[in-house]
Amino acid sequence: MVSRPTKPFSSRAAVVCRNVAKVWAAGTERAHEALRDIDLDVAPGEFTVLIGPSGCGKSTLLYLIAGLEPETDGEIWSFGDRVATPSPERSLIFQETSLFPWLTVWQNVSFGLSIRGVPAAERKTVARQALHRVGLAEAMDKRPDELSGGMRQRVAVARALAMRPKVLLMDEPFAALDVQTRTKMQDFLLDVWRDSGASILFVTHHIEEAIALADRVVVFTARPGRVKTIVPVDLPRPRDPFSPRSEALRRELTDILRDEVDRAFAEQEALTAPA
Amino acid sequence: MRAVPQPAATRDPKVQATGAPAGAAVAARAIVPEWVPRAASRIGMTLLSVGLFCGLWELLWALGISDARLLPPPHVFLGNFPEQAKFFNTAQRWQVGVGLNTGPSPAMAVLITILASGARVFAGLLISATLSISIGVAIRYYVAIEKLTLPTITLLSPVSPIAWLPIAIFLFGIGDAPAIFMVVIALFFHMVLATISQIDGVNRNLINVARTMGASKFQIYTRVIIPAILPGLLVVLRLNLFGAWMVVLVAESTGVGYGLGQVIMLARNTFNPSLVFFTIALIGVLGFLSDWALRMLQKRILYWVPETAGVLRGL
Repeated sequence: MVSRPTKPFSSRAAVVCRNVAKVWAAGTERAHEALRDIDLDVAPGEFTVLIGPSGCGKSTLLYLIAGLEPETDGEIWSFGDRVATPSPERSLIFQETSLFPWLTVWQNVSFGLSIRGVPAAERKTVARQALHRVGLAEAMDKRPDELSGGMRQRVAVARALAMRPKVLLMDEPFAALDVQTRTKMQDFLLDVWRDSGASILFVTHHIEEAIALADRVVVFTARPGRVKTIVPVDLPRPRDPFSPRSEALRRELTDILRDEVDRAFAEQEALTAPA
Repeated sequence: MRAVPQPAATRDPKVQATGAPAGAAVAARAIVPEWVPRAASRIGMTLLSVGLFCGLWELLWALGISDARLLPPPHVFLGNFPEQAKFFNTAQRWQVGVGLNTGPSPAMAVLITILASGARVFAGLLISATLSISIGVAIRYYVAIEKLTLPTITLLSPVSPIAWLPIAIFLFGIGDAPAIFMVVIALFFHMVLATISQIDGVNRNLINVARTMGASKFQIYTRVIIPAILPGLLVVLRLNLFGAWMVVLVAESTGVGYGLGQVIMLARNTFNPSLVFFTIALIGVLGFLSDWALRMLQKRILYWVPETAGVLRGL
């Protein structure tokens, strides 16, 4: 890097997005705008949930923050550094299984360390600790296809934790799980979050999940995605999903989201309707 | 990486339940190893399948529908092995002073012929797989290599192996080299394209995981892409194995000393349908065995790939 821009934001903020925009396939016929004017600040150790109609660019924002894709406009900062490339400090966990099928569970968990050339004995120790934290210490030597969907996502979380990330980016990680497993995984994630002290940015389209997890819920508009509103969830943990305050929040978020979903549908119908 | 894979049966309890009823399977496992009945039934089914085909052929012959001089049934061309085997004489009879009856025994000659053809197939497959996989990976790794080589490879890949035959002879004369060259050239272009499409099909999430962990481009290729494409490449290799057996025959028919293609050519020139069918039978068995060998290899090194055949049939 030639000239390093001065740090305009607090170097303590876990993630800072300023006027971030993303246009996919820019300059071609298929160009479409995914994100526009995103301003978002995430404090260290904060649990932020991103919610919005499908196709609103929530996942795109995670990819940009992870450094996997360049932003078209604007700036993303993390702990005082401009995000330009992927970094082990910002781990991304995907919706689908993303474990390497040819590696055992502990080898998967310590993959990032082996990239850095850490010796096997040390890697195994770190992997054991990380797996212990997600309650899968006894599955060290299994292969991913021997695990259930929930277990695989826990291994993916352990793999991210082994890198000691400051920011955990989670792209609908529990969407493929059944309702019971999902609830379990939410409790588990809250434990891990408390232990690790990392900030979490969590994409979902389940309002219940957002209320169960978030410190703040960021609601996105339909495409192109913008921040429509930010709803703080000031409920004490552990949370009771049936408390009056939970109900009220659920209603509030449902109403906000319904407007956007209606808009998204109207737009799609306008696009497909015969001229 | 774990060196010794567990047997499939202990990995996946669902696999055990195929075939025999549960009670019988439990009883059988107590006495003989679990794979024995499975292997036996597989061999039995193969024999049954071939037996049905041969039976139909024999029936047509018995009913007088097919002419034994043109389409001799299996019992005719398989029945007199010594008679057929003498055409496999590997002595270099075209050399001065070598008599008609010199050379190894007929059975030995058949074995030598088979080994010669098999070695050409194996060498050709090995060379073309090594070349094409390295070039396929290099094409995706370096844009410059892609720009320089891919158009030519795509242009040449539809060319029939027959067209390469004169070039093989111009370049390498007569012997093993042109036959191996033919196998290599016939498989190379397709395998490069297949390698590229395998690389393009690698799950993006796996690559992105490696990127977020700080892997370099080289590490992404060696640690993620290569292991991820191995299962697909072995399938490509198995498909091309049959191609190799086809091409080696064409190459051998031009004159390589000895080989199965040479025998087919001899049979054609001497109007000997029995010998043609005998050789075809040999090639069939050899192709089958080499495919089986590759499948065993596949199971051994690709221990993480689940077996889906049984699942699909259960649909």
